[in-house]
Amino acid sequence: MQLFKFKGGVKPDPQKTPSLQTPIGLAPVPALLVVPLHQSIGGVPNPLVKAGDRVLKGQRIGEADKWISAAVHAPTSGTVIAVEERVAAHPSGLPTLSVVIAADGDDEWMERRPVDYAALTSEQVREYLRDAGVVGLGGAVFPSHAKLSAAKSVPMEDLVINGGECEPFMTCDDLLMRERAEDIVHGAGIFRDLLGPQRVLIGIEDNKPQAVAAMREAVEACGENFSVIAVPTRYPAGGAKQLIRVLTGKEVPAAKRSPEMGVQCFNVATAYTAWRAIAHGEPVLSRIVTLTGNVEEPRNWEVLLGTQLKDFVALGKPKADTNAYLMGGPMMGFEMPSLDAPIVKASNCIIAGSQALFPPLPPEMPCIRCGACAEVCPHELQPFEMYWFSRARNFGKTQEYNIFDCIECGCCSYVCPSRIPLVQYFRFAKSEIWSREREKSMSEAAKARYELRNEREAREAAEKAERLAKAAAAKAAEKKPEAAPSDAPAADADAAKKALIAAAIERARVQRESVAATDSDGAKP
Amino acid sequence: MNFTTPPYLSQNISVQRVMLRVLVALLPGIAVYVWLIGPAILVQIGLATLVCLLAEAAMLKVLKKPLALFLGDGSAIVTAWLIALSFPPLGPWWLIVVGCLFAIVIAKHLYGGLGQNPFNPAMVAFAICIVSFPALMSQWPPVGLKTGFADQLALIFGHGPLLDAMSSATPLDAMKTALKLGEGQATVAAVLSDASTFGRVAGRGWEWVSAAYLVGGLWLWQRKVIGWQLPMSFIAGIVLVSGGLWLWNPGQFASPLFHLFSGASMLGAFFIVTDPVSGCTTPRGKLIFGLAAGVIAYLIRVFGGYPDGVAFAVLLLNLCVPLIDLYTQPPIFGMKDGK
Repeated sequence: MQLFKFKGGVKPDPQKTPSLQTPIGLAPVPALLVVPLHQSIGGVPNPLVKAGDRVLKGQRIGEADKWISAAVHAPTSGTVIAVEERVAAHPSGLPTLSVVIAADGDDEWMERRPVDYAALTSEQVREYLRDAGVVGLGGAVFPSHAKLSAAKSVPMEDLVINGGECEPFMTCDDLLMRERAEDIVHGAGIFRDLLGPQRVLIGIEDNKPQAVAAMREAVEACGENFSVIAVPTRYPAGGAKQLIRVLTGKEVPAAKRSPEMGVQCFNVATAYTAWRAIAHGEPVLSRIVTLTGNVEEPRNWEVLLGTQLKDFVALGKPKADTNAYLMGGPMMGFEMPSLDAPIVKASNCIIAGSQALFPPLPPEMPCIRCGACAEVCPHELQPFEMYWFSRARNFGKTQEYNIFDCIECGCCSYVCPSRIPLVQYFRFAKSEIWSREREKSMSEAAKARYELRNEREAREAAEKAERLAKAAAAKAAEKKPEAAPSDAPAADADAAKKALIAAAIERARVQRESVAATDSDGAKP
Repeated sequence: MNFTTPPYLSQNISVQRVMLRVLVALLPGIAVYVWLIGPAILVQIGLATLVCLLAEAAMLKVLKKPLALFLGDGSAIVTAWLIALSFPPLGPWWLIVVGCLFAIVIAKHLYGGLGQNPFNPAMVAFAICIVSFPALMSQWPPVGLKTGFADQLALIFGHGPLLDAMSSATPLDAMKTALKLGEGQATVAAVLSDASTFGRVAGRGWEWVSAAYLVGGLWLWQRKVIGWQLPMSFIAGIVLVSGGLWLWNPGQFASPLFHLFSGASMLGAFFIVTDPVSGCTTPRGKLIFGLAAGVIAYLIRVFGGYPDGVAFAVLLLNLCVPLIDLYTQPPIFGMKDGK
């Protein structure tokens, strides 16, 4: 098959070998699990349990909120101790609403109900996946069910299954493919049946020959016609957009969703969990996590979600000089804020760091416009220009240079001779732009609310004046028979007319005032 | 745990290393220079380095910037060497001091220091000095004249008698003057036959210095310190105009080869137009920058009043950089074919 190239990219030392020496281990059930409710992109699931409840393994404890959201489940049986804010697996270290479960050690399953998805409508399958908590396990944790609809106007051509795993150190997908290839292929089959693509392409970086072989064997064993393709190893070849480009030649811009270009992409681990959910009735309770770096025993573990970092890293026996733990790879990952933070669906890899492994960067120098960053940018941006404008807080210009096409892969920072933390500048610029837009839309909403209120008040005042005028006219009409009957009609008509005029004047005044008020006030109510 | 930022890996590269490689790439040129023209150039290089570093240190101090960090980046040394190599080797000491001070104090630090200067500092130094001291800047030693190192030193530091024989025009200037004085009678071939000034294709001795710059430049390209666009388009600019005129009238216009190996062509192609700070950054912008600089450099050196035009051409193009970059932004991923 013809492969395409994406521009840019870098080749950091893979460092994958240490964690590939042993098969996936099953991490023991810890005594305490902290399961954050918000483990995917989108709405925060609503808690379904409260302190004191007994939960069974696989029981839903958080229900998807809105369409873009996914359920969360109790990873083991036990008692809910609290539903409260706990430190999140996020660089900010901010707390997030979590269900804290004391495990009872029985690991007792709820009743598992596998489904025959062929008998369900595709809408039902999507809902099922949402309620099973199936999200993108490559690290982005986007709810998978929301990606399983083809575009209405564009035929679905290619379904890409991503086994790229281009981040250094990380091997969780590699081992999953080696050990559980058939489940992945079945899962890809579900996605295929929902999307109806012409081809299914499984892309794996060519530094994982065993995974490629295992997947090929599994495809054959399952009688599928999927193509398993080894793609050149170059970071970030495992990025969804880069893999789509390499396999199909299509470039999905930031402004478009991939189905609009007839293609969709899922991580291998996502396909695996989708199959486990449907064929075995097992919601997403655990994931494969690479534990590597500065540890005595690097290895991949199947870990219950909610396992706290301290319990997990103990499995690998961290060396004495370990000074930090990264979640994710060294290119796009972040430093875990606390040893209490839990393993979540996004945790594909935990790297124990040390001074020697990740030496602190030498001091930042000024940009010399050498353009090395532009050469390695897989989205063909001009990072140094975005950097200048981010620094100058000229955010409009950063958008002109397409800052929102940046996938924050870190290639630019990796090659920068001035060691400028470029990605940080871009994140800063993006968040500033977002918060400004949020403020703007908030002030616009407030303005609209204010104008509506003015209008309503004007209308009410006018109505009141009219009512008064009518009442006055009625009163005048009542008086008529008693008073001078001869000239009464004329006087009467006169009074009614006056009242009407007064009402009209009042209406006009109120209207004028409300208009003036709006004008003088501008946007700020 | 401290708050840190991804990526946690980085390539083993720094501004210092980039600058160091540029300096290394200049070594073959300097070696040939010393061999054929004389060791005086080493004195000028040393002097320029000293002045540039002192000026840099003073400016960093005044501007309250970290001294060790910036003094060690090597950029001032690169500027110093380029100034020394583009100035006449037997010029008086103060000439190069003036050039270096202008380059570092005005062209570099008053614009904001490393990375902020819109003009190539070495070329600013050259332009300032050739405009202010045209006679001194135009006197170059002929290769045939063997003066002792002591005499050369005496010339530089102003103790010796200034011998007319010790300084003559550059080969480029010699060619231009001869053709002009000949009023159409002198031909390029006849001028080139003067073996005391000219060698195989260009100035005697100097052509080998140029060739050595080419070697150093190719090494820089091979090490990916510079791209191919700027040197190639600059050379293409010179070849296009000189080739066209040469084909039209070979008697009055020297060949492209002559121009490539004369004056600052090779130094310019690989060490001057490739300055990233003051140059274009987009791939197409680089081609435009190099091509235009090559054409203008040729026009100035052949039709203008100065012995060479590289400095003025580069400074003119430095002015155009923001505009060129703006109009040559490459399409980004997913936004090609005007979608």
